[in-house]
Amino acid sequence: MRISRSARIVLGAIASLIMTLVYTPLAIVLINSFNKSMNMDWPPPGFTLDWWQKAFGSNGLMAALGTSVLVALCASLVALVLGTLLAIALSRYKFFGRQAVGLMVILPIALPGIVTGLALNNAFRTVLGLQLSMATVIIAHATFCIVTVYNNVLARLSRTNRNLEDASADLGAGVFTTFRLVTLPQIGSALIAGGLLAFALSFDEIIVTTFTAGSGVETLPIWIMNNMFRPGKAPVVDVVAVTTVLISVVPLYFAQRLTRDETK
Amino acid sequence: MKLNKAKALAAAIAISLALAGCSSGSTSTGATMLDKLGKTEGTLTLLGWPGYAEDGSNDPNVDWVTPFETATGCQVTFKSYGTSDEALSLFKTGEYDAIAASGDATLRLIAGGNVQPLNTALIPSYAGVYSFLKNRDWNTVDGKTYGVPHGYGANLLMYNTSVVKPAPTSWDVVFDGASAYKGKVTAYDSPIYIADAALYLMKHKPELGITDPYSLDTTQLAAAVDLLKAQRANVGEYWSDYLKSIQSFTTGNTVVGTTWQVIKNSMPANSKVEAILPSEGATGWSDSWMVASNAKHVNCAYKWLDYIDSPKANAQATEYFGEAPVTQDACQYASADFCTTYHAGDEAYAAQIYYWTTPISTCLDGRTDVKCTDYAAWTKAWQEIKG
Amino acid sequence: MPRSATAGVTQVTSARRASTYLYQHAKTRLRLLIAAPVVWLGLVYIASLLMLLVTALWTVDEYTGETKVAWNLDNIVSLFTDSLYSVVGLRTIGIALAVTIIDVLLALPVAFFMSKVATPRLRNILAISVLLPLWASYLVKAYAWRSVLSNKGILQWVLEPLGLNSPGYSLLGASLTLGYMWLPYVILPIYAGLEKVPSNLLEASSDLGASTFTTIRRVVLPIVLPSIIAGSIFAFSLTLGDYITINIVGGASQMLGNLIYTNVGTANNLPMASALALIPIAIMFVYLSAVKRTGALDSL
Repeated sequence: MRISRSARIVLGAIASLIMTLVYTPLAIVLINSFNKSMNMDWPPPGFTLDWWQKAFGSNGLMAALGTSVLVALCASLVALVLGTLLAIALSRYKFFGRQAVGLMVILPIALPGIVTGLALNNAFRTVLGLQLSMATVIIAHATFCIVTVYNNVLARLSRTNRNLEDASADLGAGVFTTFRLVTLPQIGSALIAGGLLAFALSFDEIIVTTFTAGSGVETLPIWIMNNMFRPGKAPVVDVVAVTTVLISVVPLYFAQRLTRDETK
Repeated sequence: MKLNKAKALAAAIAISLALAGCSSGSTSTGATMLDKLGKTEGTLTLLGWPGYAEDGSNDPNVDWVTPFETATGCQVTFKSYGTSDEALSLFKTGEYDAIAASGDATLRLIAGGNVQPLNTALIPSYAGVYSFLKNRDWNTVDGKTYGVPHGYGANLLMYNTSVVKPAPTSWDVVFDGASAYKGKVTAYDSPIYIADAALYLMKHKPELGITDPYSLDTTQLAAAVDLLKAQRANVGEYWSDYLKSIQSFTTGNTVVGTTWQVIKNSMPANSKVEAILPSEGATGWSDSWMVASNAKHVNCAYKWLDYIDSPKANAQATEYFGEAPVTQDACQYASADFCTTYHAGDEAYAAQIYYWTTPISTCLDGRTDVKCTDYAAWTKAWQEIKG
Repeated sequence: MPRSATAGVTQVTSARRASTYLYQHAKTRLRLLIAAPVVWLGLVYIASLLMLLVTALWTVDEYTGETKVAWNLDNIVSLFTDSLYSVVGLRTIGIALAVTIIDVLLALPVAFFMSKVATPRLRNILAISVLLPLWASYLVKAYAWRSVLSNKGILQWVLEPLGLNSPGYSLLGASLTLGYMWLPYVILPIYAGLEKVPSNLLEASSDLGASTFTTIRRVVLPIVLPSIIAGSIFAFSLTLGDYITINIVGGASQMLGNLIYTNVGTANNLPMASALALIPIAIMFVYLSAVKRTGALDSL
């Protein structure tokens, strides 16, 4: 389709307007992190670096950050393994119940977080009598992260050539070797994209986490929630948000580079 | 294949039912009171509002937990909750030794057997606590004290002085007279706020016979609900965390409504707001530290209760949170005007406060001819009021 | 030169034996692949869901407040008889629909621009820019919107010269905020879907004389529809269960999620909360079965 020049310009204008709108609240967050007022008054009465100092001096914050990273890593790893297994199974084989399994993967993310959180909380505490802990959060997060990996790998597998795997077998490679040397490299970037999205999902998740985290487990979103209730501490959370956004640019950039290279 | 699947599903459901049926919420009956203090256990798990037990991890300058840990050897783990109801569900897991519970939760904890009666002789600081905080409905049942106070505060009426004229002296500005400020009225977002309506009716509609805003039979509750539904039409937003309230008053989205002293104090310096205790009196709250029935570290728990009511620690804790201390001796450890701002120890002021108490079906005002509405009924009513 | 007798013969290790067996038995391969994920999902998720739904048929003991296994349909019946639930339920569905529509309308131009108009370099930048907001905490973004919507916020500042007012803390305010939160989740699948539209198809359409608009309407849209729906599933479902944003920017209103949350926490009435949870589950099942035919589920 030849898109006329005027159409391109209009489209570009609309897209940039929308992106500007998307970043305006984030700009407010950035400005508020320097806001002298502890209630985040707007417009800011003055500017200060206090909140930045407080953020980096807060052990509670660092611990929460570490917890979130750990939970997200573990959940993503589990999701990577389970999602890949499932994607391979559903793309390469036809079997009865295929549709049902496909639906089952989507459910944790298609159903509202409060339902998932409530169900898991009820199962862990009331039925199984377990104490809530970091493990229960990881299990919960992994469950709804499976679908992001599954979808990415499934899409990639449907585009790869099965013949390569057959050729590999013809050349004498065993099942595991074929997977390791042929399949894995092909789905590599899908794994990265899926894993990164799973990490992001887990990192910022609050509703399911509220229901499944044990008393000692404070992930970053929970820390933020607690801190907004603490007297005069609110703007520190703005510092946290700005920092996480800035830090995430790096992995996002690399992931983008890798996925771009693959499709070229 | 299909049959196998159906069987598998049936099996899954059957197992789920069996497991679910096996579940039980364990409640033990209230344990017996501690006779004497033993050796401290070395650890202590606490549950409370954010800011009730600061150990310097959020702000190195705010720390009254570390001195406690050094003095008693009890290492403290603190978990905060956002609402009284969250507190209850957390505490019922049995993972905590002591809890700072608000009055809308205490009686539920006591009734559920989750907390043990306290031997106040083992808590030396208790002697210095204000008398009007002792042996009250929300912390004492059948003559047994279950909790010692952390602090106390009133739900004041705050208003924007440039918008709300003339300066109000009564709660009618948020009830009968609220339509003048349609869309800019605020109220506390919790079923316990029904008591505020009941208090208003107590003074303005004596024919309803309300003597205790927490003891409402079905007719009285219905009257309070009607009043609140009428108020709902004028409410801009309800608040439960005070950051929301501060912001709303600052931007002018809210001009009149319930508030806490700490909110008034946190308003920007140039704000035109005032907070008063209206003529009808007000509801208020005094959080109590209670010890779990099967507390694993009961000696450390008792030590904590003693510590938090001791003058210096209490001054630190209450000044940080923004509520009145529980003992007059705390005033010397706080900043100069702290006690005056919070009316600490002012008995006449305190007498006008109707502290949060959990509504239960046995009428707290002593009536035996009717059943009063309990917290579950209030919760349902509150959902209907918000609509 | 004589060759070694073993040259060219692979060693028969146990791994090799396992590999051979697996190669020959497809069913076993399948079963092994599927075992872990299905057991996980089935045990962790489906079973938990079923247990929750079963709780909806129970009740709460009046005096102790504990869940009692007393089978009854009261809770479920009250979903239909108590007007509170239908009012809040319909309001929630309405907001979810509004949010979904807002998001799709905003996502389409951005995704289209990214996929078909932007240069590769710009496309990379945009792809990253779309995902970045996901890393700023949900709560922080909600409070930022609180500032945007307030009486003295940016929206008021922009709209006042036009004689309008900011929507303030209202259902509209909440819809805008929720739409903002989920936008990246809607842009992504649509962008992925657009990438799959082969350019030669578009050129063929042009060659056959179709205008840009017609091409979009009759070639692009049908191909991209599953992705649009996939994105909408996110926006719809995430809004259906939300109880935090409505609290922060929704004024005095409440949504289904709030009712469920209060029943779990404040009322300590798990059976009623489970019964209420049936509503979003039922809605999503209807939604999912309706869109299954379009193939949207494969584009999530």
